[in-house]
Amino acid sequence: MAETDPHAPADQIPDGGVVTEDPADHSVWPLWEVFVRSSRGLSHVHAGSLHAPDPAMALRNARDLYTRRNEGTSIWVVPAAEITASDPDSKGGYFESSKGKSYRHATYYTQSEGVPHL
Amino acid sequence: MSHSGGFTSQDSATKISVGDAITPEDVSASSAVASDETARYALLLGDDCLILAQRLGHWISRAPELEEDIALGNIALDLLGHARFFLTYAGSAWGKTEDDLAYFRSEEEFRSCRLVEQENGDFGRTIARQLLFSFYTHELYQRLVRSADTTLAAIADKALKEVDYHQDHAAQWLLRLGGGTDESKRRMQEGLESVWPYLEELFADVEPTPTLAEQEVAVLPSSLRDAVLTRLSSIIEESGLEVPASKGAFGADRSGRFSENRGFILAEMQVLARQHPGATW
Amino acid sequence: MSPEKPALRAVDSPSETTTHEAQAAAEDARVGWEQFQQLIEEDQRVEPRDWMPQNYRKTLVRQISQHAHSEIIGMQPEGNWISRAPSLKRKSVLMAKVQDEAGHGLYLYSAAETLGTSRDEMYQQLYTGKAKYSSIFNYPARTWADVGAVGWLVDGAAITNQVPLCRASFGPYGRAMVRVCKEESFHQRQGWEILYTLSHGTEAQKQMAQDAVDRFYGPALQMFGPPDDESPNSQQSMAWNIKRFSNDVLRQRFVDMIVPQAEALGLTLPDPDLKWNEERGHYDYGDLDWDEFFSVVKGNGPLNHQRLAHYRAARDDGAWVREAAAAYAAKQAEASPRSALLSA
Repeated sequence: MAETDPHAPADQIPDGGVVTEDPADHSVWPLWEVFVRSSRGLSHVHAGSLHAPDPAMALRNARDLYTRRNEGTSIWVVPAAEITASDPDSKGGYFESSKGKSYRHATYYTQSEGVPHL
Repeated sequence: MSHSGGFTSQDSATKISVGDAITPEDVSASSAVASDETARYALLLGDDCLILAQRLGHWISRAPELEEDIALGNIALDLLGHARFFLTYAGSAWGKTEDDLAYFRSEEEFRSCRLVEQENGDFGRTIARQLLFSFYTHELYQRLVRSADTTLAAIADKALKEVDYHQDHAAQWLLRLGGGTDESKRRMQEGLESVWPYLEELFADVEPTPTLAEQEVAVLPSSLRDAVLTRLSSIIEESGLEVPASKGAFGADRSGRFSENRGFILAEMQVLARQHPGATW
Repeated sequence: MSPEKPALRAVDSPSETTTHEAQAAAEDARVGWEQFQQLIEEDQRVEPRDWMPQNYRKTLVRQISQHAHSEIIGMQPEGNWISRAPSLKRKSVLMAKVQDEAGHGLYLYSAAETLGTSRDEMYQQLYTGKAKYSSIFNYPARTWADVGAVGWLVDGAAITNQVPLCRASFGPYGRAMVRVCKEESFHQRQGWEILYTLSHGTEAQKQMAQDAVDRFYGPALQMFGPPDDESPNSQQSMAWNIKRFSNDVLRQRFVDMIVPQAEALGLTLPDPDLKWNEERGHYDYGDLDWDEFFSVVKGNGPLNHQRLAHYRAARDDGAWVREAAAAYAAKQAEASPRSALLSA
């Protein structure tokens, strides 16, 4: 998340939800987000996060951590810093438009009630 | 099927289940009884796994990073599972339980190899030991799945899938430590040197294994040697490290001689059970 | 107890910002504040990128990281018994349980990280002894029965505390707790089962079980924290919907739960004042030794030093491994910047 300053003092509010590790510190492993498909036919869903030095290890760590109880059949890992997120402050602009447009939903059309297969 | 209850986002990422696989209890509940010879073979296989699980269990809360505590914990749990399969099956020949065999045999009666008895050392040494043992067992179980003994074949089938991951775990770390820093390269090389002398013992043909191999129940250890060595050499070279030149350490062939470490390992593992003979836990 | 109103402190150094920018920042903070208040009032969830008051953020980082540290240090007392577990089944169970604790620590650190504090920073606080963790882990797990008592009483108290936290107002914390609670449902049961087997075993085993319960009962009740009138931070946490019930309410809930469980075990809880109060509909229980509690919190418990030393040794011994993996990743990325991301 580009807007988070890794050098900001701890008590300063970061803009982003996720802190970026100091890239100068080579012993700190970056943060990854883990997505798990619980069974065939379902989407990958965010399961949580972990730290790993590289993609191959992130995948293995995800397997070890997030599928200990048979939770998954497939895993994605994504560097947390690579995620672009919508700005919570522009919630209105982003998500207001989709509200109130009931004609996008099948329930808006009532005439066909009782007609089979409609 | 049209019900969408199972599709809520939180459920699908945390849905837990037992999963379908063979358990030690299945082996115990089955009517399969090992012959004396097969039991002695199963004991040898089981002891290796038990001692290594005991060693790896020590890493939990001491690993280099939290994620690795969990990874090593998973491997230790897999190995303990394999040990329980083999010991339970071995015990069927003599009317003994897995715990009778694990807790009430003396040092002389264990059949574990010296490789698994080696101390954890630093993480590099543990990875070196993991590398050798997982490459060996992978080759072994790959053939044992075709055993004429269906119980051994079923155990090998379950264990093979898990050892596949152990191999990968060890190899990934070998590459990283071999290609990481000067210090990690040095430590990883030292780790390899320290365990390499105990590799040869894994390929010793000690009775009853050769007899059972003729009956296609067991895998002849010496038949694994070339494949294991070739694959080990290849991954070690890929990591930029050197394949140790040392020959097999003299003095053990699984026929009853053992490392100095075994006594300490068993003393710790068995202490409580032996203080309360006959007790249930 | 009114949390700071950010509009009042919008600009720290006016020289660096124009009046116009300052006004815009103040306006943003005012809007953020109102949205935050509305979320809390409607019992909705606050998510990491939402505006939130400084103190809310600080309180959460402190609470979640302490919770994570407790899981990590909590691996040690039981971890000590992995090598000596008296049956292979118990050894498997214990290994899986201690491993779960590492996982729970990890989930919790992740939740705290979304608030802008890195895991490494939290590690440092634990490493240097600045961070607190649950005092109960400074007591020794001396016998095998202690593993049972830790599962039944310590995990039992933890679960009582954690179930309401699944509804904590901060989304990532609640979600971490959902996962923890699901996984932990076996922890308390396995502990109870260990004690049940012991209390129905030989005389020596039964004594071992009773002794463990005698030692862990008091400290387990203290896991809910000081009595309500001595717990100043609780009220704010409750106002923010982080905490849903007070320390004493949760403690009472736990006592009511374990009394019949102890009876089923055939073991006694070491509290002569423990009796059913018909009027209240709850069990009364005796005073707890709060002097001891605060003394252990301050570092004078039986094992404060050893627990920290164990943790530090693991971090120190693993430093070269963490560095090596990071160096390897950097080399790979340099050799092939795209493949570093795609090679998995």
